[in-house]
Amino acid sequence: MQEIPQSFSLALSLIASLDANLLAIAGLSLRVSGVAVLLAALLALPLGAWLALARFPGRQGVIAVLNGMMGLPPVVVGLLVYLLLSRAGPLGSLGMLFTPSAMVVAQALLIFPIIAALVRQVIEDAWGEYREQLLSLNASRGQAMMALLFDMRFTLITAVLAGFGRAIAEVGAVMIVGGNIDGVTRVMTTAIALETSKGDLPLALALGVVLIAMVVVINLAAQGIKTLAMRKHG
Amino acid sequence: MASAASTSAGADIASCILPLRVEALGFRAGDVIALDGVSLNVMPGTRNIVLGANGAGKSVLLRLLHGLLAPTSGRLQWHGGDDADVRRAQAMVFQRPVMMRRSVRENIEFALRLVHAADIDKKAAEALELVGLARLADRPARLCSGGEQQRVALARAWALKPEVLFLDEPTASLDPAATRAIEETVNAMHAAGTTIVMTTHDLGQAKRLADRVLFLHHGRLVEDAPAKDFFLQPTSPEAAAFIRGELLW
Amino acid sequence: MVKNIAHAAAAMALTGMLAMPAMAQDKFIVVASTTSTQDSGLFGHILPIFKAKTGIDVRVVAQGTGQALATAKKGDADVVFVHDKVAEAKFVEEGFGLDRREVMYNDFVIVGPKADPAKTAGKDAIAALKKIEAGKQPFASRGDKSGTHAAELRYWKAADIDPQTGKGGWYRETGSGMGPTLNTASAMSAYAFTDRGTWLSFKNRGELVILVEGDTKLFNQYGVMLVNPAKHPHVKKEMGQQFIDWLTSAEGQAAIAAYKIEGQQLFFPNYVALRKAA
Repeated sequence: MQEIPQSFSLALSLIASLDANLLAIAGLSLRVSGVAVLLAALLALPLGAWLALARFPGRQGVIAVLNGMMGLPPVVVGLLVYLLLSRAGPLGSLGMLFTPSAMVVAQALLIFPIIAALVRQVIEDAWGEYREQLLSLNASRGQAMMALLFDMRFTLITAVLAGFGRAIAEVGAVMIVGGNIDGVTRVMTTAIALETSKGDLPLALALGVVLIAMVVVINLAAQGIKTLAMRKHG
Repeated sequence: MASAASTSAGADIASCILPLRVEALGFRAGDVIALDGVSLNVMPGTRNIVLGANGAGKSVLLRLLHGLLAPTSGRLQWHGGDDADVRRAQAMVFQRPVMMRRSVRENIEFALRLVHAADIDKKAAEALELVGLARLADRPARLCSGGEQQRVALARAWALKPEVLFLDEPTASLDPAATRAIEETVNAMHAAGTTIVMTTHDLGQAKRLADRVLFLHHGRLVEDAPAKDFFLQPTSPEAAAFIRGELLW
Repeated sequence: MVKNIAHAAAAMALTGMLAMPAMAQDKFIVVASTTSTQDSGLFGHILPIFKAKTGIDVRVVAQGTGQALATAKKGDADVVFVHDKVAEAKFVEEGFGLDRREVMYNDFVIVGPKADPAKTAGKDAIAALKKIEAGKQPFASRGDKSGTHAAELRYWKAADIDPQTGKGGWYRETGSGMGPTLNTASAMSAYAFTDRGTWLSFKNRGELVILVEGDTKLFNQYGVMLVNPAKHPHVKKEMGQQFIDWLTSAEGQAAIAAYKIEGQQLFFPNYVALRKAA
């Protein structure tokens, strides 16, 4: 069991030496998951808010499906995007398969339901509190949505971070649509998978430690911003 | 338009949508009858206090009048204006003020922006001046005390220059000093021409503010009288009991 | 205002990101290949040489042979570089591949626990498999339709054994790549059939050692093909052909031969040799 301490010291030395390869891979991980979260949030924030306020037949069903899709298996999403983006698929002419863009699309699809479902919950709870006041002020449905999204912004950061955490940690989807091409589509998780299959378990675990450290640092930063902002805005 | 007619707290607010006539208004949620057969008129320029014990139906009545709830029976007839006019000519202050996560000033500007008001900066400043909170304009609204928040809510309502202002137990959770500040503001708004419809279960407050008292008991309007008549010679046993029980409340 | 700036920044980030792969490298081909060539480090050794000469970036998607051929069939690669003669022939026959050339070979070995409870050690692969089956010794198989898996199945057949009868018992299909299969074998001290390249670069060996090697039947031929541009017009045929030509040139063959781990040569170029023979 000396692999685990070995991995931690390896992880530390990788970070300390600013290993160029590691920086490139970690950078790509951040970029791909960052853009994916941006895309997903851009769609999920309005949709989640709309679903929180809208009343229509079948709404409960839609919410149940959305909540269920929070647990979409990455491999399935990857496969779906693969079939769409493959040259033989409907979007093949874009030539996006095995590029970071394909990984962005897959991750965005994967985390869209997570963010949308959390946003729906947050906004619906807030709507309970704000509803009468906003209606009294003659806010339209759209104005109410915008006001709630803005007012819940600090809580919504958590929803977006949940999506980001899921995106940057998943391997199934990016492996399939990215192809784990060295220097092009290799990200932290696919690198970990590769080192595992090479049997270099200490290095694989060290990369895992680095990945976890990245996610923790980002969450700490977001948490810090949130706390400061909440202290300022109440 | 009422809101365009006045630019300062002292100016008169024109009467457009009043009087309001209410006939046999009822509200039932499932098996619970919250309000039953309430008929009344709200005349311009009056201060109407809806009195009653907890659960008498005061809040439901206010929400029906303001349009937040739809009646399950009876009807409600505003004198003038189309639906949009009617809605814009009203404002409401709730028992627990809902403050948006922004500054005090922005809370008021938010309300003004929703109705596409002109001169938003000026109107917000005036409203804050009226409630005596100009110095807190840049403070995050949620960090204000309960009393301050309720005054912000009043300023927000006032900025809209409503013809009718509904207040649902606005001082229920406030201390006497804050209560006094709220009552003074309500009177200032009334002096500027706004018609007041306010619920309370505080007899003293009713005595201080009311021109007219509407007494609700178990969802029915048991007494509708000018304030001095109501307090001196209540005609219904329920109202008489309520007044006698003053010290207990 | 703040929101507008945020939106603008987001839009810029997005366009920048999406445009990135196209801008970064226009001169590239996608090669669908196998885990054995990638995991063994061969590509890491030869591709920089090819790039220095031609400026072409070779993007390797490492999959099992079956999956690599499927990827190419869909037109998602320009070149296929795999090791399953039978499947490759079928691929060309169906018109998906052009100009198949034999590039190099490596060899398969059978690894197993040092104690070797089935007494397999030696040169004879078929005999070894028979002993493993007779002793019901645990055996970890890829089970993923890869070239290595196909080869393994051919040897079972040659030994007149249907390993499926041992499924759930001594015969364990991992359904994954060579590396994960070796990890599994290492964890449960099972026998396994692997290419030498992956084995040499594999670090988590545990109790496992090479038990059977040197059987000429164990040679593992790699072939390279261009994906047929007639089926998939977007295939970068000039650059793909350039890569195939280079692999089979004297320079490419020498580069392959020069790759060593722990002083051992992993892949033996044989394109020229075959030409001479033909």
